[in-house]
Amino acid sequence: MSAARLSSFPSARRLLLWSGIVAVSLWVLVPIYLVALGAFGGREGVYQWPKSFLPLEVSPDSVMVFLQIQGVGTAFLNSLIAAGITVVLSILLGAPAGYALARYDFPGKNAYRLLVLLTRAFPLAILALPLTVSFIRLGLYDSMLGVGLIHTVLALPFAALVTQGVFMGVPRELEEAAWVFGCSRIGAFLKVVVPLALPGLAATAVFAFVISWNEVFAASVLTVQNRTLTAYLLTVLSESPLHYQFAGGLLLILPSAIFIFAVRRYLFAIWGVSSK
Amino acid sequence: MASITIDSVAKSFGSFKALKDVSLTIADGEFVSLLGPSGCGKTTLLRIVAGLETETGGRIVIGDRTVNGLAPKDRGLAMVFQNYAVFPHMTVYENVAFGLRMQKADDARVKRQVEKAAGLLHIEAYLDRYPNKLSGGQRQRVAVARALAVEPQVLLMDEPLSNLDALLRLQMRTELKSVLQEAGTTTLYVTHDQTEAMGLSDRIAVMHDGRIEQVGEPVDIYSRPATRFVGGFMGNPPMNFIELPVEAGRVNIGAESHSLSGPVGSKIVLGLRGEDVERVSPEVGMAFKTAVSEPMGSHLLLTGTIADQPARVILPPTEKVRAGETIGLKLDADRLTWISPETGKALAA
Ligand SMILES: Nc1ncnc2c1ncn2[C@@H]1O[C@H](COP(=O)(O)OP(=O)(O)OP(=O)(O)O)[C@@H](O)[C@H]1O
Ligand SMILES: [Mg+2]
Repeated sequence: MSAARLSSFPSARRLLLWSGIVAVSLWVLVPIYLVALGAFGGREGVYQWPKSFLPLEVSPDSVMVFLQIQGVGTAFLNSLIAAGITVVLSILLGAPAGYALARYDFPGKNAYRLLVLLTRAFPLAILALPLTVSFIRLGLYDSMLGVGLIHTVLALPFAALVTQGVFMGVPRELEEAAWVFGCSRIGAFLKVVVPLALPGLAATAVFAFVISWNEVFAASVLTVQNRTLTAYLLTVLSESPLHYQFAGGLLLILPSAIFIFAVRRYLFAIWGVSSK
Repeated sequence: MASITIDSVAKSFGSFKALKDVSLTIADGEFVSLLGPSGCGKTTLLRIVAGLETETGGRIVIGDRTVNGLAPKDRGLAMVFQNYAVFPHMTVYENVAFGLRMQKADDARVKRQVEKAAGLLHIEAYLDRYPNKLSGGQRQRVAVARALAVEPQVLLMDEPLSNLDALLRLQMRTELKSVLQEAGTTTLYVTHDQTEAMGLSDRIAVMHDGRIEQVGEPVDIYSRPATRFVGGFMGNPPMNFIELPVEAGRVNIGAESHSLSGPVGSKIVLGLRGEDVERVSPEVGMAFKTAVSEPMGSHLLLTGTIADQPARVILPPTEKVRAGETIGLKLDADRLTWISPETGKALAA
């Protein structure tokens, strides 16, 4: 009796673990699946009720048609460019700030951290008009560089604070050991700190990418012709049939998912630094 | 040629003075140990020499260069860190090779040196592994191998053997000594372990509370402590301190009377090593009242009191003493230390 209970204990735990995993996965995957269903299921599938969980007829038609809508391709590229600029700039600017926060004690450090976060306290709506005006003056209006810059502003505070945590997770002595054995500061940073911080830096990149990819307000306000995908879809899709909207939704989800999939290797601490 | 001169170095962390006016010279090829209780500033001093910490005052000279303000990489030294600091993202081989790679050594030399260092520390079997698959003691040996592989002129080691079992530690100690001696490496070695310091060092610097209390050859440090602290810190059991009355510059020990050199007050502290005694009859010698008698095999350890003050002495294993028995002790007059009770400093012999 007691032996049976003992032996069932690990399996009960495993059951709990797996049901948790399944629940979380479903939470994420079911909506995506439904969107995909709507996108590929054709016109009838979308309006059918009660909904079938299996596709009635799979046809890439709506997606194909949708992709051929004028401007979708360009908007998609624009989004990628803006997100790329955001990722690169927020890592290039945020990581050094995070490194400084992690390694050095300086007066006003906490105030600085607060200030970094405070940049997010201004509602973008208030800044919209002055931003538009100055962007027009600077020649940044309606350009992906402009959108990327604004998205960088949005992503940067998180990038700085997240990378601070990441760099704090890299023991200082490792860097010091590199110095003693002949590295310059930059050399030690590149040879020792970066490889160990890579998982965290990848996570930060994902974060910046998603922030930019999903952002719609600034992208709508600051562009007219050169829309990002979100901004473009917002204007186009509200007037389109439902299955086109699903196709648009899928197109919005996929690149983020693919990007996260691409960097997933770096999202986990491979060297056991954080786990040991 | 690389001697190290530490000249009046001070270090404060905020208002806390971790090092107070520390001076020490280590000759070319010499092996000097820093010995002292936890928190006395050993690591801090080592890190200042390495350039990882900025001194608040004083001067560091390595060879003929003043190295204050110089980056660690430009000081031409290697270091073993107290917490190893092996690189987790490199194999053991690459860890040991790290310094050589930075010197742009060719592959043949890297291989030769790595294998030599790995052999010395018995880590050849793990060269392909990552450090997170190693035990603490193995990681520590990787850290030592990494420092030895560059064959540095100056080697700083911060408790490099602390995590090894007793047997391995003893073996490493002897091997380390012979390698460093052969290479003529100038070594500054931090340890908690007195026997390690005694066995390895040409000289020992005993530190206490941010100061160097005494520098000298191991035997001198042990037999002629400069302060009460050094006597109490070195040796197992530690030195006994017995306060005795002084009359007209003389002090009585049992039936004998000793004259003290130099100006003394009404009291003096006798520093007595437990093994510097001989059993005599209670009438002749100094009275020792035994509380506990422990036969240790190699010797007999007695715990009790001399002049109502706690003391521990060591007799040959053949002696038999019962608890409660009062015996007489004859002290080896040449090996006594007289310490001023006010300053804690030893009187000149
Ligand atoms: N970065 C620092 N900031 C503030 N205080 C420090 C710092 N580093 C060391 N200290 C203090 O300086 C003193 C000396 O430290 P140190 O690490 O040199 O001791 P240690 O002799 O190496 O001790 P242990 O034998 O335990 O390693 C300690 O009291 C410690 O608390
Ligand atoms: Mg230390």
